[in-house]
Amino acid sequence: MIWVNAVIQGLLLGGLYAMFSCGLSLMFGVMRFVNLAHGDFAVLSAYFAYVLVEHAGGTPLWTFAAVVPAAAIVGFLLQRLLLDRALIGSALSPLLVTFGLSILIENVLQQSFGANNESLFVGSLSYESWKVNNSIYLGRLQVIVFVIAVVLIAGLQLFLSRSQPGRLMRATADNRRSAALSGVNERRVRATATAIALATVAIGGLFLAMRTSFTPTSGSNDLIFAFESVIIGGLGNLWGTLLGGLILGVAQTIGSQINPADGILAGHLVFLAILAYRPQGIIAARYADS
Amino acid sequence: MTLLRLEGVTAHYGHLQALDELTLSVEEGEILAVIGANGAGKSTLLSLVSGELRPSQGAVYFNDADITSLEPYRRVRLGISLVPEGRQMFSTLTTQENLLVGKASHRRGPWNLDTVYDVFPFIKKRRNVRAGLLSGGEQQAVAIARSLMSNPSLLLLDEVSLGLAPVIVRDLYAALRDVAAGGTTLLVVEQDLTEALGIADHVLCLLEGRVALAGSPKNLTQSQVLNAYFGLHEAAPDTGTGPS
Repeated sequence: MIWVNAVIQGLLLGGLYAMFSCGLSLMFGVMRFVNLAHGDFAVLSAYFAYVLVEHAGGTPLWTFAAVVPAAAIVGFLLQRLLLDRALIGSALSPLLVTFGLSILIENVLQQSFGANNESLFVGSLSYESWKVNNSIYLGRLQVIVFVIAVVLIAGLQLFLSRSQPGRLMRATADNRRSAALSGVNERRVRATATAIALATVAIGGLFLAMRTSFTPTSGSNDLIFAFESVIIGGLGNLWGTLLGGLILGVAQTIGSQINPADGILAGHLVFLAILAYRPQGIIAARYADS
Repeated sequence: MTLLRLEGVTAHYGHLQALDELTLSVEEGEILAVIGANGAGKSTLLSLVSGELRPSQGAVYFNDADITSLEPYRRVRLGISLVPEGRQMFSTLTTQENLLVGKASHRRGPWNLDTVYDVFPFIKKRRNVRAGLLSGGEQQAVAIARSLMSNPSLLLLDEVSLGLAPVIVRDLYAALRDVAAGGTTLLVVEQDLTEALGIADHVLCLLEGRVALAGSPKNLTQSQVLNAYFGLHEAAPDTGTGPS
C-alpha cells in the first residue's frame, strides 16, 4: 500500500509540475522561445503575493485575483518591449536575454527580501487532508492544485484547438510566412502567448509557494523540473506536458520511498532515460512541427 | 478606377537587381497576367505588392494610398491577398482550420466557408484532413480558398499551375474565372502561357526586371509574346491600352 500511496502522492505533485510547466511549453510551441527566466517569474509572483498579504492581510488565496492579471500584463509588455527584439537576433539571443532577466530578478529579490525561506501560509488548507483508507491520505491543497492543473491544461488545449486566437497561434507556429500573408498580426499573437504563459506561471508559482517554500533564487531550481516535465512529455505539446509532469512527480515520490534522499535524483534519472530512448518525448508535438 | 499602382519601382536581393524602375497599374475588376522567364522579376513584383519585400526605390499605391512601407498583415486588412508559390499550407492544421485562419483580417464580404466550398467542392470532403496530407491540387485549392476568406479586393496568384496536372490546372483556372466574375481583381503570375493568356484582360511580359511587352492578349501575336518572353530581339512594346 505504501507504493500505491507513493504513486498517488506523485501524481498530485506531478500536477503541480505540469501547471508550473505549461507556460514554458506554450512559449516554446508557439514561438520556439525558451524562457530561462520562467522559474524566476514564478518566484516573483510569489513575492508579489507575499507583499500583498503583508500589507492587506487575509489569506494568500485572494492574491490570485491580483497577481495573475498582473502577470499577464507583464507578459504582454515583456514580449512587446523586450523579447520581440531578442527574436530578431540569432537563435542564441532569446536565451541570453532571458538568462540576464533571470539574474536580474533573482538579485533584485535578494536585495529587497534577503535570502530567507518564505512561504505563503494558507491556514488549515495546508495540512488538512481527506482520508482514503488507513494508509492513504490526500492533502486538500494537493488535490485542489491537481484539479486546477488538469482544468488549466485542458482549458489551454481547448483554447488552442478550438478558438480563433488559438488557431492563429498554431498557424503562426506552423508557418510564419503564411500567417502574415493571411493577415495575422504576429506580434500580437506572440504577446498574447507570453501573457497567457506568465499568467499560468503565476498560478503555478503561488501554488508552489503555498505547498512548499521559496527563496529569491529557487526559481532556477524550479525551472529544471519544468524543463524535465516539458521534455519528457514532448516539446510544445500541452497534454504531453501534463503527462511529463505526472511522470516526473511519480518518479520523485517513488524514489523518495526507496530512499528519502534520492527522490530528486530518481526524477532526473527517469528524465535522462527518456531523453536517451525517446528524445522526442512521450507524445510527439501535435502542433508547431513545421 | 486604378486599384494598384507601382511607380518607378526598383527592387534588389542583396546586390542583385530584380526589378528596374518598373511602373504599372492594375484597374479595378481586371485580370492582369504577368508572364516571363525564370528570374524575370515576376515573383519579386508580387512580393512588393504583398509587402514581403520593400523596394529600394519607387512607391506602391493601393486605392491611391501609399502602402510602400506597410507590413504584409496590414495589407491583407486593406484587401490585398497573395496566394504564394508552393501553396505554403499550415500543414499541421486541417483544411478547414487553414481556411478559418484566412479570416484573421476581419474583412467583410461575400466569402465564407460555405461560398469557398461552393467554388472548390472537392476540398469540402477533405475539410477535417490535415493540410499537409492533401494532394498538390487540393493544397493549391485550399491556398486560393484561404486567400478568398480574407475577402480581398486584389488577389495575387503566384504560379498556380506549378507542379500540377493540366486537368487540375484547368479546373483551378475555371474557379478563378468565377472569382473574377464576382468582382475581385486578379494579378496572376504564371509560366503556363496558355492559361495566363486565356484568363487575362491584359498581359505584361517581364524580361530581366523590365517590361518587354504589354497589351491585350487578343491583340498580341504568338511570336510577339515569345520574342518578349525569351528576349530574342527587342520586341516593340505594344501601343495598346495595357500598362506600360
